Amino acid sequence: MKLLKKIWRTMSTPSKAGVGIVLALGFIGGVVFWGGFNTALSVTNTEEFCTGCHEMADNVYEEYRETIHYSNRSGVRATCPDCHVPKDWTHKIIRKIAASKEVWGMLTGVIDTREKFVDHRKSMAMREWKRMKDNDSRECRNCHNFEYMDFSEQGSRSVKMHSSALASGEKTCIDCHKGIAHELPDMKGVEGWH
Amino acid sequence: MKKIMLALMIMGMAAGAVAQEKQVVPSNIGGVESLRGSAELDVTRSADKHKRVIKDREPLQRNYVHQPPIIPHQIRGYKINLNANKCLSCHGWKYARETGATKVSPTHFETRDGMTLSDISPRRYFCLQCHVPQVDGKPLVDNDFEAVDSLSQN
Repeated sequence: MKLLKKIWRTMSTPSKAGVGIVLALGFIGGVVFWGGFNTALSVTNTEEFCTGCHEMADNVYEEYRETIHYSNRSGVRATCPDCHVPKDWTHKIIRKIAASKEVWGMLTGVIDTREKFVDHRKSMAMREWKRMKDNDSRECRNCHNFEYMDFSEQGSRSVKMHSSALASGEKTCIDCHKGIAHELPDMKGVEGWH
Repeated sequence: MKKIMLALMIMGMAAGAVAQEKQVVPSNIGGVESLRGSAELDVTRSADKHKRVIKDREPLQRNYVHQPPIIPHQIRGYKINLNANKCLSCHGWKYARETGATKVSPTHFETRDGMTLSDISPRRYFCLQCHVPQVDGKPLVDNDFEAVDSLSQN
């Protein structure tokens, strides 16, 4: 009987140690969960992961390797997520959730051959251009900051456009710089193209 | 007997001379050199240093009538194919005023039968067939060519 009472007392009155254990478990669990979540997030944010599927490796990545964002004089380069995934947390999570559709696309094989990919290129490109237009080319501006552009170092054609249309906010990067990292689809009907 | 010996000696000397001659000309290009340097036929000459395209400058004057104007800027990554023509994004009539680029000449709207189309004729679609960018290369031979008087803008 004495023993039962003792157990009851221990169980009914939360001891300091108990609270400490609960807190510690919660803390460790939180660290493990959050760490795991972030690790998973950053693993899916690498070029190795993106090009893990042949749809990306054989089409967009292969085209990308010829462009200036991959190969250039200074050796600084952008990877897939630098342009296609926002850097700040909120937009990144939204983009990541939206990108889960790509997993579905991979499973159902929407673009699993070159022909299918080429057929879909325009709709995919238009979607990405719209995303960049709507967010004022936010991902371009992670590296290319208008504030620090030295017009004296730019070609006269660049200065003309950057100091007028871009400076006034009338146009954004993607309006003119389409097809700089991947091949273009049929540009009929796209603004700014013949 | 002496005559035969003499004949043999002469033949031997001749053969020796031929052999010597072969040693004198080891080249298989017959001593011919091109302006870009000499290379044996069975050897691949190392490539010249890659020349840089001049970045951006004012339109260059033409040297003769009907010369296709040359491109005074870089064109890296500008694609011209079935899907797109980057040149026309600035030089097409639709965009030339906005971009300040030289307009495509109306001669480019004509078919080979002299019919004028409402847009660039397919035979004139591939700009780089005639118009080319320039590198800062030195002429291989001296050249004192001068543009005709009517075209010089001095």
